[in-house]
Amino acid sequence: MTLQRWRNIINALMFGLTAACALATVCVLFWILGFLIWNGGKSLNPAFFTQLPKPPGETGGGMANAIVGSAQIVLIASLIGIPIGFLGGIYLAEFGMGAFPFVVRYTADLLNGVPSIVMGLFAYSIVVRPMHQFSALAGGVALSVILIPTTIRTTEQFLRAVPQTLREGALALGASKWKAIVTVVVPAAMRGVATGMILGVARIAGESAPLLFTSFGNQYWSSSLGQPTASLPVMIFTYAISPYADWHREAWAAGLVLLAVMLLLNISARLVLSPGVPRH
Amino acid sequence: MRHFLLKLLKTKPRPSAKFIDMAETAALLARGTEKPSRPAFLNRLRNGDEVAHLITLIFAAAILLIAGLLVLELFRSSVEARHKFGWAFLFTRKWDPVAGQFGALPFIYGTVVTSAVALLISVPLGLGAAIFLSELAPPRISDALTFIIELLAAVPSVIYGLLAVFALVPLLRDPVQPFLQRYLGFLPFFPGPSYGVGFLAAGVILAIMVVPFIISISRESLLAVPNEQREAALAVGATRWESTWQVVVPYARLGIIGSVFLALARALGETMAVTMVIGNTPQIVTSLFATGYTIPAVIANEFTEATGDLHLSALVELGLVLFLLTIIINGFARLMVLATTRRGTAHP
Amino acid sequence: MMGTLERSTIAGPPAPNPGAAAPDRVQPKLKISQLNFFYGAYQALHAIELEIAANRITALIGPSGCGKSTFLRVLNRMHETVRGARVTGDVLLDNEDALAMDVSKLRRRVGMVFQKPNPFPKSIFDNVAYGLRVNGTTGGAHLKEAVEHSLRRAALWDEVKDKLHKSAYDLSGGQQQRLCIARGLAVDPEVLLLDEPSSALDPIATAKIEELVFHLKENCTIVIVTHNMQQAARIADDTGFFLLGKLIEFDKTETIFKNPAKKETEDYITGRFG
Repeated sequence: MTLQRWRNIINALMFGLTAACALATVCVLFWILGFLIWNGGKSLNPAFFTQLPKPPGETGGGMANAIVGSAQIVLIASLIGIPIGFLGGIYLAEFGMGAFPFVVRYTADLLNGVPSIVMGLFAYSIVVRPMHQFSALAGGVALSVILIPTTIRTTEQFLRAVPQTLREGALALGASKWKAIVTVVVPAAMRGVATGMILGVARIAGESAPLLFTSFGNQYWSSSLGQPTASLPVMIFTYAISPYADWHREAWAAGLVLLAVMLLLNISARLVLSPGVPRH
Repeated sequence: MRHFLLKLLKTKPRPSAKFIDMAETAALLARGTEKPSRPAFLNRLRNGDEVAHLITLIFAAAILLIAGLLVLELFRSSVEARHKFGWAFLFTRKWDPVAGQFGALPFIYGTVVTSAVALLISVPLGLGAAIFLSELAPPRISDALTFIIELLAAVPSVIYGLLAVFALVPLLRDPVQPFLQRYLGFLPFFPGPSYGVGFLAAGVILAIMVVPFIISISRESLLAVPNEQREAALAVGATRWESTWQVVVPYARLGIIGSVFLALARALGETMAVTMVIGNTPQIVTSLFATGYTIPAVIANEFTEATGDLHLSALVELGLVLFLLTIIINGFARLMVLATTRRGTAHP
Repeated sequence: MMGTLERSTIAGPPAPNPGAAAPDRVQPKLKISQLNFFYGAYQALHAIELEIAANRITALIGPSGCGKSTFLRVLNRMHETVRGARVTGDVLLDNEDALAMDVSKLRRRVGMVFQKPNPFPKSIFDNVAYGLRVNGTTGGAHLKEAVEHSLRRAALWDEVKDKLHKSAYDLSGGQQQRLCIARGLAVDPEVLLLDEPSSALDPIATAKIEELVFHLKENCTIVIVTHNMQQAARIADDTGFFLLGKLIEFDKTETIFKNPAKKETEDYITGRFG
């Protein structure tokens, strides 16, 4: 066989091999979806959304408290994390030259990489210990600490993408710098910034590890935000590792619901974003 | 210094808009407006821009506050264990809450092994996919597949855990692990009974979880390679594959390596999916079929049931070890990715 | 249209109009003395001395990188958005120190239109109304009148009057630039700075812009930077020639083009360089 022939074979072979790698990765998503739809679909019913969990052995029941609990915890986290991330992002993008902004940026990037369970330890230290109990508040704090670095960086990124000439146009008309930011720059970047926020919130909504010892969990409704609170991801974990088939089925249903929400948020955010963002 | 130089040039120093100087005060008085003099800082604060700067700066500084508090709390809460065991903590194999003996080695081992398995599987797979998506695939297909792959990064960890427990473990227990034992059993990694759970299961699910990150970042690094490089190789008669493998990939190597480090940092800290399939046995064994334990898994399992302050403190110390490990790896990885984008990729 | 290097009979000094302020020959609108400009350690402008007369069009020409745009941006202090930019010297607007006054006030009196059209991602109406709103004007009827008036001055009203609430990005390049001019005119500036306003536009759009700029000088002082000499010859009353950060020569346009005093000016005009 000639060298040229051999090289062409390798070329075709590697094309196929790398394509197989890409396809394999894509197949994983469909594997997950298939499994969840098959198993979760079987166990999903309206009771899931309206009823409290039943003890093992009794059929029926649902995870209404976990759904509401997740919503509460994520809301607390967003109320803390989004304003801080948003305003911090404005600082980095609009006032952000020099050593201090660089340090803030680098620290935010490092925090982004910290495992979420460590953030749970942090929230345990500063909220659970002083309060002497688990609470939705602690869970919210843990999740907000994950949300802030992400939000700061995506906000900064989209603000920076606004062309300098728009800022100059506003300044040239007599607007002061902060007015130009509020009336021109932020509105121009808002689509991207909002998408970043949605994706950030979606990410923390699926987190389970930091909630294990902050909001902990609850088989019943929580009477206040200062009480242990059930959340969907933690419920899935607890039920999945239990020995009861009933609970496994509930875990599947919950997993389907959680994944559906995640995918819905992510897909719609990306599709909304695509038209406005310059592609490669 | 500036005023000194300007005096030398015999020019008037240009008053900054932020300070009221004699000339402007005179002008103001001449125009008939009465403005009482105020300290400079408050004057600046009257200016809306300075207020905005200050407010947003305070919020940005929250990041530094969080980071500082985080480190502080980790150190504070682990002080008991640190004082009792010192550096030996990192090398002790025994983890016995009842006896009050705590050592990190089994967990460090488990964390490292599962991450190594994950990288061994995900790096070739991820790099291959990234090469396909950036170099060899038509743009439409590439965009569509990349969209799907990036969605994978958004799947929560517990969901991967569900998949691992109910789909992966049975798969490993029956077809896969016996197969490996039969044909590769001479290697030290594959002896012993196979339960399905253990290092291999955790490694595989971790690989699945980090592959989207490797693909995403490597693809961007490869796309950033200037077209002239590819064209130069093709112009001397190289095949597509040769141009890609011998020219483009080396050019983007910094970004690719950075992506691997980032994936590693993620794998080290991954909790839920691993906890569900690692087997929860603090032991150091070479067989991948054996059960083990990782740092995040033991914290997740034992924290709420900790027997006493020392136990809790030891768990926090494990968390501190994990934190430092991921910070170092992440910091390093970010520098590499930064080097790629700043300098335009590889330099010999 | 006007010939290349000939001055048209239309472009003489405007006869005093009873309604408008008398053209002020004694005190120039803008007086620049000993202006130096630095980017960090690099000096971009050297000892510029210039008097810009009111209600006339002054053109600044010169090869790329000679500092004319830099100079223009000093006049409304846009250089202050760049870190490390520093000026020494004086800029007087009607005998007031422009470099020391409140910068927002200055920019209301001295407006700017940029090289590439930069309308905001808002409706046509909101673009024009922006300057008014930001400077405190509210009130529906007054705003509407002002927007219409500005669009008429910018020769754009007829083309957009039915779609004021459509996005500014729906307009063509030339229309967007006229929109930016309308936006700048809305705050009723005394001076309008134009930084190569038609360099990104086709010849027809360019002609429209030149014609409207020509009529603006009745109520406004215009300073226009252009690297198109013919444009300067077509519309400007006075012209200044910049080279390497220095103002080489400044005189009536006719003189610059027919009888330049300096050799460098002549070389540039006749195309020996640049």
